[in-house]
Amino acid sequence: MKFSKFAKGGLAAVMAMGMMACSNGGASGTASTTPAEGDAAAIKLGFSGPLTGDASVYGLAVQHAAEIAVEEVNAMDGVKFSLNAQDDQADPEKAVSAYNALMDWGMQVAMLTVTSGAGQAVAPYYQKDNVFGLTPSASSTGVIYADAENNANPFGTVFQMCFTDPNQGTASADYLKEHTELGTKIAVIYRSDDNYSTGIYNTFMAEAKAKGLDVVSDAAFVNSDTDYSVQVKQAADAGADILFLPIYYQPASQILVEANKQGYKPTFFGCDGMDGILSLENFDTSLAEGLYMLTPFSADAADEKTKNFVAKYQEKYGEVPNQFAADAYDCVYALKQACDAAGVTADMSAADITSAMVSQFTSMTFDGITGTSMTWSKTGEVSKDPKAVVIQNGVYVSVAD
Amino acid sequence: MNKVINTLFNPKVRSRTISFLVVIAAYVILTLLSATGHLSRLFTSLLVPVTAYIVAAIGLNLNVGISGELNLGQAGFMSIGAFSAVVVSGVLQAAGVGDILRLIICMAAGALIAALMGWLISIPVLKLQGDYLAIVTLAFGQIIMSLLNNSYVGIDSKGLHFAFVNNTIQMEQGGRLLISGPMGATGVGIASTFTAGFVLVLIALAVVYNLMYSRSGRAIMASRDNRIAAESVGIKVSQAKTLAFVTASCLAGAAGALYALNYSSFAATKFDFNNSILLLVYVVLGGLGNMTGTVIATTLLVVLPEMLRFLQNYRMLIYAIVLIVIMLVSNNEFLRLRMQMLRTRLKKKGAEADE
Amino acid sequence: MAFLSYLISGLGLGSVYAIIALGYSMVYGIAKMLNFAHGDVIMVGAYVSFFAMTVAGVPFAVSVPAAVLVCTLLGMTVERLAYKPLRQASSLAVLITAIGVSYFLQNGAQLLWGSDTKIYPTILPGAVSLFGGQLSVSYLTIVTILTCILIMVCLMLFINKTRTGKAMRACSEDKGAATLMGINVNKIISITFAIGSGLAAIAAVLLCATYPSVYPTLGSMPGIRAFTAAVFGGIGSIPGAFLGGLLLGVIETFAKAYISTQLSDAIVFAVLIIVLLIKPTGLLGHKISEKV
Repeated sequence: MKFSKFAKGGLAAVMAMGMMACSNGGASGTASTTPAEGDAAAIKLGFSGPLTGDASVYGLAVQHAAEIAVEEVNAMDGVKFSLNAQDDQADPEKAVSAYNALMDWGMQVAMLTVTSGAGQAVAPYYQKDNVFGLTPSASSTGVIYADAENNANPFGTVFQMCFTDPNQGTASADYLKEHTELGTKIAVIYRSDDNYSTGIYNTFMAEAKAKGLDVVSDAAFVNSDTDYSVQVKQAADAGADILFLPIYYQPASQILVEANKQGYKPTFFGCDGMDGILSLENFDTSLAEGLYMLTPFSADAADEKTKNFVAKYQEKYGEVPNQFAADAYDCVYALKQACDAAGVTADMSAADITSAMVSQFTSMTFDGITGTSMTWSKTGEVSKDPKAVVIQNGVYVSVAD
Repeated sequence: MNKVINTLFNPKVRSRTISFLVVIAAYVILTLLSATGHLSRLFTSLLVPVTAYIVAAIGLNLNVGISGELNLGQAGFMSIGAFSAVVVSGVLQAAGVGDILRLIICMAAGALIAALMGWLISIPVLKLQGDYLAIVTLAFGQIIMSLLNNSYVGIDSKGLHFAFVNNTIQMEQGGRLLISGPMGATGVGIASTFTAGFVLVLIALAVVYNLMYSRSGRAIMASRDNRIAAESVGIKVSQAKTLAFVTASCLAGAAGALYALNYSSFAATKFDFNNSILLLVYVVLGGLGNMTGTVIATTLLVVLPEMLRFLQNYRMLIYAIVLIVIMLVSNNEFLRLRMQMLRTRLKKKGAEADE
Repeated sequence: MAFLSYLISGLGLGSVYAIIALGYSMVYGIAKMLNFAHGDVIMVGAYVSFFAMTVAGVPFAVSVPAAVLVCTLLGMTVERLAYKPLRQASSLAVLITAIGVSYFLQNGAQLLWGSDTKIYPTILPGAVSLFGGQLSVSYLTIVTILTCILIMVCLMLFINKTRTGKAMRACSEDKGAATLMGINVNKIISITFAIGSGLAAIAAVLLCATYPSVYPTLGSMPGIRAFTAAVFGGIGSIPGAFLGGLLLGVIETFAKAYISTQLSDAIVFAVLIIVLLIKPTGLLGHKISEKV
């Protein structure tokens, strides 16, 4: 009987030792892209995103694009990065673990998280530990403000490369108010268990009411839904000639298919999450003909930077990069620009790097592939122009205002 | 002295003593490691969620192992506790209550509200048996998630405001949304600590063991083993099972509160069916009715994916393989027999040494 | 007319649930385990038929047997490696292993085929027009329901009329007694898994033809819904699974159409609870009286 006491007591010790032993193993060997010439000069850049599970398509896009950008940056003069991508499965709990794993690694600047829910959970830690984070795609206001309801108490060290969700809701309402030639009776289908979609939806509805837009039907779906026939039919029955879809492109593609099946042909209108719909494998792009979206990035843009990025991405991963990838690519370059301008080096203290980055970001102007002349407010919100594009003959065409 | 040890380790209370010893030993070691800076940030940050999952899993083990009812909705009760705690915490924060007191009140509130919901839900649930009962707990778990996902709660100087499905809350300047539908709880004031989690685990163990070794506990186990025989000797089966179910949901509620106050933001979808299943995995792996096993299995399985981080995108694949292999090995007849032989031999030796 | 139209799309959705539930219910009734990996076998079937059509370029009719073959083999392999060693263990242990298999298949699919959605080719476009065009029923819905009925009838004939079917029923009633009667229980369970997985492939094809998106976690929600449908109809009852699936689809559609699209999930499960309270063993489940 004494034995069992020791045996089980020993188990507790083993548990604890295991935790400790692995803590060392876990932190090392995670770097995925390191510059060729020694780590000493490289600034440790980390982020977390869903690399496995349901939302992994977004996390992987960010990881891929960031790898390309870091490779390019390291081949140039100036600052070098060493990149570390951690999996958070788009889950706040895992994101906090991932953040701590990154801090164990010695992260100096960050791209925060890919998704909003995860970003909201880690943002207070960035403030507390005084680490600079520029998120490519966590678009909720809760990522940059501790008090998102009143846009108050910004975290101060967290910045966004993407538009905030309310911003997109307002922009969409404005656009539809100005462009009545697209239609006047609006139906909305949004995803009610998603941060991004409800964020846009809530602002859009409030703005629509204020601006006197005629919203004739609004319906929701949840992640577990496979069938969208009811939602589409309700929109059709209400006689809507605009179907506003503030959702990501995968469910949107299903809604387009369903509308086609029901013979319902409104003008579809989406936000930046809609980008990527043309590159869905085997998607009949003729269904997306005439679809409008407000997006700062289009993979078909003719400028050199975009062309180079899209070509590299396609060569390496066999896919057309989406909005997430483009934002991540810009993040790395924006961070490089700020680091170079402030003369940030890897041996500087974390606090110095953060304050240098914050002062750069609030004063600099950045030209990237998701917009030109971008600036950031002190609260971390980006200011860039959403571009309206329409799909014609299977490609994006910019719409003149 | 010998007498004390003999009472502590007599077969009736031995498992209880061992459970407490394991938990206390782990706490002491981890606190020492943490204080001397030997514990990485990653693992320090896992301490609170691990204790929260342990408490919820202990509750579930009471339900599944002791009472014999397959519950696929335990995460739902965790979320009731978590969201109640967020609201209570918001009120207390506005009133300027200190962190420790706030955490205690929140855990009590979470436990109480979850227990109340558990009692209400147990009325229909316990009318059913076996797999039908399991699916109804699953259904309640989904319903709870769906409702919480559509709930909005705000607070301003006038008090709390509630809205459902659509956020129609009109607040005065300075008002704050505590729960905003699918975005979940935001801006939660972090108050949970490892010590609080540790104490909660001890309380959970004490509650469950006291119940197990009490008259009601024996009634619960008798109802599990043979309902009809139990009824025939005058045990009120439904009462016994309700007690187990409500205690389980109460513990889940407290665990949820502990979890909630450890993260500044989380959403209702966190407590989905998959989370209930994960809790069940901890329980089954630790052994049905074996609380020490639950504590160890939960710790290992929460920490395992974090330990596999170096595998990058392959880690969940490897995690799945590890899970399957653990189940195959731990249920292997040959190995089990060997272990049994080893154990009896060691026991014999131990007895000889004692003499 | 809107009512009829909703009813028909509900039946379309329900028939997809039903066809998954048939396979689920069969494995469940005989092996007495909640096979949480069933949904993921469906996912594999969907990918196989997708790649058969788009990469190998074979016609739809050839892709179906290919998917059935792959899924059957997969089901048997999984059963042999992961479930068979646990025959003596508690049913919960097998459940956990099934969850492990489910994670494995999902993550394996993501690593192999990427996580982005692929769009399944259009199968059988077009619809029958009724009431002067006011109501249209797609050919696909009709085919799905007919396939579902066909499979149900075949399964019932198989289980009730053949020797193997009889052995299956015996295993389902009492494994120990079946063994004593000279039935090779292990073999019967393996056959059950083979058939269940083959059915999963057919379900996959019909699911993806109706809702044309293919991604690694595509099976998990339909899997849970099918489980719900199987219990709804009465565990182990083949017609029950069919009826449960159809009703579940119709209830879900009506809840969305007439009550709330936000809360349809909650409503579906609430109806399930009410039905089970009135009929505690599902719609067509027979009550097993306890022996004292």
